[in-house]
Amino acid sequence: MTTYRASARGETFRFDDLAAVMAAASPERSGDQLAGVAADSALQRVAARRVLMDLPLANFLNDALVPYETDEVTRLIIDGHDRAAFAPVASMSVGEFRDWLLSPAADRAALRALAPGLTPEMVAAVSKLMRNQDLIRVARKIRVETAFRNRIGGPGVMASRLQPNHPADDPRGIAVAVLDGLLQGAGDAVIGINPASDNLGNCHAMLTALDEMRAALDIPTQTCVLTHVTNALTLIERGAPVDLIFQSVAGTEAANDGFGITLAMLAEAHQAGLSLKRGTVGRNVMYFETGQGSALSAEAHHGVDQQTLEARAYGVARAFDPLLVNTVVGFIGPEYLFDGKQIIRAGLEDHFCGKMLGLPMGVDVCYTNHVEADQDDMDNLATLLAQAGVNFVIAVPGADDVMLGYQSLAFEDIAYLREVTCLTPAPEFAAWLQAFGLAGRDALPDPGAMARKLGLPA
Amino acid sequence: MSAPDPWARLAGLTPARVRLRAGMRPVSMEELLTFQQDHAAARDAIHGAVDWAALARALHSLPVLHAASAATDRPTYLRRPDLGRRLAEGDLPCSRPDLLIVVGDGLSAPAVMAQAAPLVHALVRRLPELDGQPIVLARGARVALGDAIGQAMGAAMVLMLIGERPGLSVADSLGAYLTRAPRTGLRDSARNCVSNIHMNGGLDHEAAADRLLWLITEARRIGATGIALKDDSAAATPLPGA
Repeated sequence: MTTYRASARGETFRFDDLAAVMAAASPERSGDQLAGVAADSALQRVAARRVLMDLPLANFLNDALVPYETDEVTRLIIDGHDRAAFAPVASMSVGEFRDWLLSPAADRAALRALAPGLTPEMVAAVSKLMRNQDLIRVARKIRVETAFRNRIGGPGVMASRLQPNHPADDPRGIAVAVLDGLLQGAGDAVIGINPASDNLGNCHAMLTALDEMRAALDIPTQTCVLTHVTNALTLIERGAPVDLIFQSVAGTEAANDGFGITLAMLAEAHQAGLSLKRGTVGRNVMYFETGQGSALSAEAHHGVDQQTLEARAYGVARAFDPLLVNTVVGFIGPEYLFDGKQIIRAGLEDHFCGKMLGLPMGVDVCYTNHVEADQDDMDNLATLLAQAGVNFVIAVPGADDVMLGYQSLAFEDIAYLREVTCLTPAPEFAAWLQAFGLAGRDALPDPGAMARKLGLPA
Repeated sequence: MSAPDPWARLAGLTPARVRLRAGMRPVSMEELLTFQQDHAAARDAIHGAVDWAALARALHSLPVLHAASAATDRPTYLRRPDLGRRLAEGDLPCSRPDLLIVVGDGLSAPAVMAQAAPLVHALVRRLPELDGQPIVLARGARVALGDAIGQAMGAAMVLMLIGERPGLSVADSLGAYLTRAPRTGLRDSARNCVSNIHMNGGLDHEAAADRLLWLITEARRIGATGIALKDDSAAATPLPGA
């Protein structure tokens, strides 16, 4: 095993292996401190970055942070690596790679072609050498377009998930929240419910209700009930109207085991979703969610820092051609991301890393009540992500998810982001909003008719 | 500003903060301050301290023992759940109780102050053998601190009553976790939980005590808690917020 040394201000620091370098080079965050892998001092953190700066990118192909023999995620990453795509940057160090990414040579076409040649570990490593503005600057150059009933990720487009959760899964309560979101122009990424109960009959009923609402108003979007992938397979067998197949994924085999999934199960679900042929303008049928800290939470982190493991989760996601990948960045709590500063940094890292790997990245700009953060921090992160070209964000009524008990963006925050950035919804959805008189500030739709079509007493 | 008529009736179908108006307008001043007020209540609940002396008085004749985790202040508690699970102090006799009740502060001091004593009294009325047995009051507690306390006292079963993470609408909700054969290192799959115990649309103290009595009786019958013990109690359980 290689050890690494570097100095900062005359003090020499030694790192036992590559995982230790990566962890120490990460910006400070509570989850790495909880795992006992964080830098001991600020100077040590800079020394670790000096090591990374000079490290050849190609080293990540030979020095696996999580063992190849015992981890199927590592095998997926290494076996799927595209050496031809990697060739343009194969001789660079991580520091040179950072400089190249910020140069005009790394344009949209070059970055698109490079993605299959990058491993999650390479992308995580370079992100640790980048300031927030670098993460925004590079991510903004990348476009990842996906499609199902509309096209998401195109130039000038920012979509949103309408999240109409209800603490008792009440269909009328859900319909009211859907109406609220549609009236404010949200829902082009997906109208997706986190069910309070994973009971199959309950999920089937909600899928049917969502599909009927979508059909009644002829909305060019997709719906989803975010239940386990095995439940989705059963629901498909029972004939439920499944547009997207959802699953939480993590960056190690052991952490995925904690979620009750394997790569083979995801492949089976992907094929089942494709077989339904419900998409009208595209065939991206998977919806993945991730978040820094999930591997440590499952005691499956292998001594690797949480940001690198998060990038490995994107290595899982990209094998299944998803419509949406969402990092639920502030949901996990202060033991992983302590405050607004750590959440904002993590959100920008996750978005950058996902985009670099060719994923349609969205972010749940969110926090829990025991984190040192508030809605001002969410304004900051959302504004930065809109500039960085995020594919979609999550929105709930009044920023308050009454089922999951955390705060995300509100529907009116989507309107704010569109106003200050001139970003628009997915084109098919934008046309639908126009037709319903919901596209402009002065437009007045007939909400009574909409409510009736959603099965609500108006 | 409430939703314009006739939309108020629709808004009543969900506890969500729906506005039901088109036009993408910013939130009103009133909505902004209501949100900030609700967040402030949650923050104050998390960072507040339990008045343990007042709680001991509210428990009347029941003797109390004091214990504390290794998480000695609030910032440490929030950052280090491992320390909140580790027993650091407490003069706890190995009295081998059949059922030990522990009250932990958790993430909500107001929950403990409002719900713990009435719930304990409701339990004692249903389980007279609890009368006169000491209640452990635990500072800086995570749920699993009950395992260490139960193990130290040789308890056959431990019931941890602990403040839940406050939401925007309810900041004083208590959770109850029942664990048989408590010992350090147990996973959460070894427990049964009754959550959302509060007086604002949640489980009230009597209903919570009924459900816990059912779980305690069943755990004694089958000799296990956790995934082996399925909650088949007839008591209708309102989901949180419903």
